[in-house]
Amino acid sequence: MNIIISLTVSFLAVFGLVVIAFVGVWGAHLEWLFGVVIPYLAVITFFIGIVYRVVQWAKCPVPFRIPSTCAQQKSLPWIKYGYAEKLDNPVNTFWVVCRMILEVLCFRSLFRNTRLEFGSGQEIKYKSAKWLWLGAIAFHYTFLIVLLRHLRFFTEPMPFFVKIIENVDGFFQMFLPTVYQSGFILGAAVTYLLLRRILDGKMRYISLPADYFPLFMILGLVTTGVLMRYVLKADIVSIKELTLGLVSFKPVVPEGISVIFYIHLFLVSVFFAYFPFSKLTHMAGVFLSPTRNLSNNTRIVRHINPWNNPVKFHTYQAYEDEFREKMKDAGLPVDKE
Amino acid sequence: MAKDEIKQEDLLNIDHSPSLFKKGWMNTPVDIRPSMHCYACEPARLKVVDFPNPRVWSVMDEDWKLPKDWKETVMDAFKDRLDRFRTFKLFMDICVRCGACADKCQFFIGSADPKNMPVLRAELIRSVYRRNFTAAGKLFGKLAGARDLDYGVLKEWWYYLYQCSECRRCSVFCPYGIDMADITIIGREMTNLLGLNIDWIAAPVAFCYKTGNHLGIQPHAYKSMLEFFQDEIEEVTGVRVEPSFNRKGAEVLFITPSGDVFADPGTWTCMGYMILFHQLGIDITWSTYASEGGNFGLFTSHDMMKRLNGKMYMEAKRLGVKWILGGECGHMWRVVNQYMGTMNLDLAEGSNLENPVSPMTGTKFENANSTKMVHITEFTADLIKHGKLKLDPSRNDHRKVTFHDSCNPARAMGLLEEPRYVIKNVCNHFYEMPPSTIREQTFCCGGGSGLNAGEDVELRMRGGLPRANAVKYVHEKYGVNMLANVCAIDRAVFPGLMEYWVPEVDVTGVHELVANAMVLDGEKEKTVDLRNEPLPGMEDAEDV
Repeated sequence: MNIIISLTVSFLAVFGLVVIAFVGVWGAHLEWLFGVVIPYLAVITFFIGIVYRVVQWAKCPVPFRIPSTCAQQKSLPWIKYGYAEKLDNPVNTFWVVCRMILEVLCFRSLFRNTRLEFGSGQEIKYKSAKWLWLGAIAFHYTFLIVLLRHLRFFTEPMPFFVKIIENVDGFFQMFLPTVYQSGFILGAAVTYLLLRRILDGKMRYISLPADYFPLFMILGLVTTGVLMRYVLKADIVSIKELTLGLVSFKPVVPEGISVIFYIHLFLVSVFFAYFPFSKLTHMAGVFLSPTRNLSNNTRIVRHINPWNNPVKFHTYQAYEDEFREKMKDAGLPVDKE
Repeated sequence: MAKDEIKQEDLLNIDHSPSLFKKGWMNTPVDIRPSMHCYACEPARLKVVDFPNPRVWSVMDEDWKLPKDWKETVMDAFKDRLDRFRTFKLFMDICVRCGACADKCQFFIGSADPKNMPVLRAELIRSVYRRNFTAAGKLFGKLAGARDLDYGVLKEWWYYLYQCSECRRCSVFCPYGIDMADITIIGREMTNLLGLNIDWIAAPVAFCYKTGNHLGIQPHAYKSMLEFFQDEIEEVTGVRVEPSFNRKGAEVLFITPSGDVFADPGTWTCMGYMILFHQLGIDITWSTYASEGGNFGLFTSHDMMKRLNGKMYMEAKRLGVKWILGGECGHMWRVVNQYMGTMNLDLAEGSNLENPVSPMTGTKFENANSTKMVHITEFTADLIKHGKLKLDPSRNDHRKVTFHDSCNPARAMGLLEEPRYVIKNVCNHFYEMPPSTIREQTFCCGGGSGLNAGEDVELRMRGGLPRANAVKYVHEKYGVNMLANVCAIDRAVFPGLMEYWVPEVDVTGVHELVANAMVLDGEKEKTVDLRNEPLPGMEDAEDV
């Protein structure tokens, strides 16, 4: 897919969503549709979609145990098999769980990343390249923090941890209202992930509209969120009335909420609905990946394949029948004289 | 094309960053180039194992003579595999194209063909998946990264599926563990339903099915080849070793890749096994029926892999052995570790197989309690640890050795320390290559998964470049002159690769080094090693 088309299409798609929400609320006054109906539909789609995806994967059998072994196997008792080996080449479930925790929470595999430097005259080097890891960590964790901070709109009273997060996140209290670093780091991380796709020739070549679209979408979310909080100063009290109405299933649409909020909410809704049908499902899929979530113990315990296909073997008898005379001449023992 | 017609400058003159103006990959039809692929399979091979669509065809022809309903066949097979392999379904769904794998593949590093980036090689198949099995792909087509399977796409699949050596290096770096090897295995399984294979795989499969080994060596010939080694060994050491064949009641069955009995430098490794067994006096037998450790079935389909692998347990049962010892081989050990027990342990029911115990040291190989099969470097490392071998490592002093981890024992098993321990005890000069090129990050030799043919020499020289480059590094830094490994395909591929990129370095199996360092009972004064090259300090001895 050509870079120009990919970028244009996915940018226009996100821009189109913004326009739809703007026209819908500002022009047609469809506050109920954008404030209540679509968010409900989106959340329902998200949950049903994710469950459907996970069930589809889980229903699929795991015929063979093929973990990628990234360290020494458990072998003779005096061959070193310490914590590092247990993590990267686990032989039991406990260490598989540890490996998965490291993978899911710390992006362990991405941390290994190297970068190829291909010089002339057979000079090839592999340099450490932690930027992708750092970008990914920054992106995912700030996204999580931003998401958790939003719980303040859906709970009354606010759970204690939301307050803690807000305090930590707004540690540098230099401005009013308090500036949360997470939103800005998130924006920077998304920008990095986007620029990386556009500027690196390899990334540009493999990227699809399906890669740019979620990035633009998240940039849109961050931008509208930041605008609302710091620039346009949306009416938080009314917004909280609406959001609390949503979670208590007594939806209300208070007057006077600015259109920027509806744009933000519409982007969130589309993001949720899009989630299960896109590459974003990697969030659920990573837990099921058989190369990471299985132990390397197939020589110790038999792994059962539920559909183990029956096949035709070439038996020793058939082999001896074909070669018996030659075998006898060569002095090889035979079963049938 | 011969190796010497390919200029190194030409191979190295590549750019890994596709230019801004390059057409998108979906609009770039496959350009099948000679010397970058293997020859088409001959019909006779397919008939032996009842594979579909046997016919004469050629890769460079327009018409590949496919069955009329080929598209339907592929789609049915695709659906079937999505239902049977969680790996396949998941790997079709969750890739985010983060690009971590992109520059990890030796074929991309060596060729700069963007479709050899693992992510893109997988996308060749994923795009068809999206078009046919996802709503977004059906609705939005190309915009959703989806495309129809047509003749050109099928050819593209074939071309790139046979430029992947199933080494799993990309899966180490993938944040979701997406394993291109598994996608390639299933992709090749689908092409095989149309009779699209390469002869370098189809022929060994057919041979192995009938004669028991990839090279088609018949029983009497197999025996006489080992007899020839007996003479060679006697000449060098003065000791006459006596291997036995198909012997019922032996304690251990030994199975090694047939490449070891066939061509140098594997033959010297084979002599190494024979010398080791003789010196130990172990009750062990070779088999002419289960005379292949490797399994090219893995490179065609899961079912074919099972059919070829069955001989190991069937023969162990027939001979009544207690356990199986396996020789130095790469993909053999992927099959033995990750597939064999699951596929074929039923065949061992009612046999005399029991948990493997070393008769020399009493060590229980508890990590092989289910499959009953032990790797020879596990066995030998244990012998050395218990002081059961009399070793004189100075006999290898003319060798400055480095060790190449073969893809499969490294990334589908984790056999990393055992061979190193053995080498360090039989050689005084051992040097590691850079960390990003060994252990779980090791590179393929360039000829894995059945690509070690003669006609695809450019592909092999390109794919082998990262490994050769690391060898060159230790050659220049430490004067390394010997590349050790535990894989028969390595031993077949590396001599050519070294000759091309680092001609000063030779290739050896680990057990050749072991045998050369062993002090045998009743040996004559040794002046040469198994290669008939003078031992250090013996350069002027008379019978050299």
